[in-house]
Amino acid sequence: MKTFRIGGVHPQDNKQFSAHQPIVECPLPKQAIIPLVQHIGAPAQAVVKEGDKVKVGDLLAKAGGFVSANISSPVSGTITKIGDWTDAWGAPGQAIYIDVEGDVWSSDINRKPELEHQCTLDSKAIIDKISAAGIVGLGGACFPTHVKLMPPPGKTAEVLIINGVECEPYLTCDHQLMMEHGEEIIIGIEILKKALNVQRAIIGIENNKKDAIEHMSRLAQSKLGIEVMPLQLKYPQGGEKQLIDACIGRQVPSGALPIEVGAVVDNVATVFAVYEAVQKNKPLISRVITITGKNVSKPGNYLVRFGTPIEEVIALAGGVPVDTGKVIGGGPMMGRAMDHIENMPANKRLSGLLFLPEAESIRPEQDNCIRCGKCVQACPMGLEPYLLQRLGELEMWEECEKHDVMDCIDCGCCVFTCPAHRRLLDGIRPAKAKVGALIRERNAKK
Amino acid sequence: MKNFIVAPAPHAHSGDSVRRNMLLVILALLPAYIVSVVEFGWGALITAAISVAACVLTEWLISRYLLKEQRQTIGDLSAVLTGLLLAFNLPSNIDWWIVLIGAIVAIGVGKMSFGGLGQNPFNPALVGRVFLLISFPVQMTTWPVAKGFATGYLDAETGATPLYYLKHIVKSGDTGFVDQLPSLWDSFLGVMGGSLGEVCALALIVGGIFLICMRVITWHIPVAILATVALFSWIATPAGMEPQVFIGYQLLSGGLMLGAFFMATDYVTSPMTAWGKIIFGVGIGFIMMVIRTWGAYPEGMSFAILIMNACVPLLNKFRPQRFGEKKK
Repeated sequence: MKTFRIGGVHPQDNKQFSAHQPIVECPLPKQAIIPLVQHIGAPAQAVVKEGDKVKVGDLLAKAGGFVSANISSPVSGTITKIGDWTDAWGAPGQAIYIDVEGDVWSSDINRKPELEHQCTLDSKAIIDKISAAGIVGLGGACFPTHVKLMPPPGKTAEVLIINGVECEPYLTCDHQLMMEHGEEIIIGIEILKKALNVQRAIIGIENNKKDAIEHMSRLAQSKLGIEVMPLQLKYPQGGEKQLIDACIGRQVPSGALPIEVGAVVDNVATVFAVYEAVQKNKPLISRVITITGKNVSKPGNYLVRFGTPIEEVIALAGGVPVDTGKVIGGGPMMGRAMDHIENMPANKRLSGLLFLPEAESIRPEQDNCIRCGKCVQACPMGLEPYLLQRLGELEMWEECEKHDVMDCIDCGCCVFTCPAHRRLLDGIRPAKAKVGALIRERNAKK
Repeated sequence: MKNFIVAPAPHAHSGDSVRRNMLLVILALLPAYIVSVVEFGWGALITAAISVAACVLTEWLISRYLLKEQRQTIGDLSAVLTGLLLAFNLPSNIDWWIVLIGAIVAIGVGKMSFGGLGQNPFNPALVGRVFLLISFPVQMTTWPVAKGFATGYLDAETGATPLYYLKHIVKSGDTGFVDQLPSLWDSFLGVMGGSLGEVCALALIVGGIFLICMRVITWHIPVAILATVALFSWIATPAGMEPQVFIGYQLLSGGLMLGAFFMATDYVTSPMTAWGKIIFGVGIGFIMMVIRTWGAYPEGMSFAILIMNACVPLLNKFRPQRFGEKKK
């Protein structure tokens, strides 16, 4: 069975809490909060004003640039405020507040439950629809999907890789989506193949989801040019570069995009959103998120409209467990620990909420680096984390750049594996930010 | 509003610790230690006990009273391991006060003077051992002959070891000394004279393979050392001896197995990357064979490791294969 070739670690997958829990739809909130940044790139620009009435699917904000994404209304009601809002990590931004009234959908959206198999649109029309629907990569990075579908001149896509790996421990939303909406995902893949004009698509799924491998293989059987590739369990296989290496044995060079090796990667949840947008005219207004943790009373997979305060989803899962130390947006390897859960809506970026007990929330004291080299063995990018951390600490930015700090993908393997509990990324992240700024400065001068 | 704990990702950990690694190495040394106790009797027990106790105490005293550290590090078991490794490198019947001096030098000079665990450039146990070898050459090269289970200290009977004979054979070309060597089988099982923990190649190999399987160490350093020694011996086989016999004696004698699996693989004093480790191992094997063949000492493992320890910062310049980098 295939996997990526450099580094990687084996965290406990802890998926048993929410795995195979059927997707439950979360009730509509009284008030929805819609942040204007739910993607990588420029903030979206509001096209509505206070007092406006909106239906589900109406455009609220349009992309603020090429690398940006539209935001459509996930609810119907009256816009009460467009203004400042702070996320659960303390980052300031703008949000649209909507008082929810009923659940009235835009008439453009096809709400019939039947599958729509046929897609007669051409590549450009498909990409336009995806762009209009505000679809971004739902695997974590939230990169606008339409941008990926338009390779720069001179580059052509050869293979579409579908990310069904879900390598983050605990999270099961993609797994459950494959089990319940596999047909839609297969149609979505065919649409994306058409948009990219590629003949081959590979669905990469890790071996801890045997039922999903079987299910998707059965669905893909009758389709030409779609294959399911079971992958050996190893973190961070869901990383774009690692997944490409695992599936087709090509390594994206430093600083380049996957298209450099002829690949385009999209997450299964993204592909499902593509199906809904292209076949049903439904913009991206909801997603499945996993609420999980050892002490969560009803861990599971919840379909949530964006804008729904996470408190309400958490209540559905049985509330915050008593001894919770950390609430993590995402999984334990790359997710971010939230300061609070109030005033924080579900949005495109949030793939799950993980509640860690207090005992697992406190970072142990650091010992001296014993130079065991385990971080070097674990790094999936072939870097030397111990060295980068030290160079970063000493503010030796040029040396950091020379040792390829910009290749770091933030996966956390080094910290995970370190027997001395060194906080390597605490030193590497600032170094990356600083070196990135210096490189931009240098390029601007040219 | 309830505030939760905020810390950067990742929020999960492998559960590995410095202590766990040290403990596994100590466990891996146990088979060889049991053989020593069976062969050398009380001497093996007492020498190891003194060495371990003195190493731990020295670290604690220096850390607590000289460096005035708030957090004590003896719990990480690295001092216990250093003490055990030092004892493994001493004759089992050596005077207790020599062991004490060795332990104080190993931890005090070899480790704590650089700032404790992780900071020392040289393997502390070997610093202690070489200090003793130079200071007490007679006591350090007078080994008891193994006689099966014995009580009390064994009498030192001979200073001549297989390596002494091998060197003589190489130098004089007189293969008559081959008769003086223990059989290869005895060398493998450890029925011969030598330092406390180095005699039983079998037990050391078992321990080393255990460490590789437990992912405490990687194969690179031991394999590079043993392969280099085998190759060197093959080329340097004296006339009148079968190459495989000569290679066998070189591999199974002296401190080679102990050094290759347990001393050279010390995390702190070995390189970080695969290629660095391989070159490190080749260097140790080569230098050791040069000393064994032409040097003044019959055995050169300690010196070879210490010399290569000094090269580690340079060897760390060998980068790992970066993701997406074209192979040159």
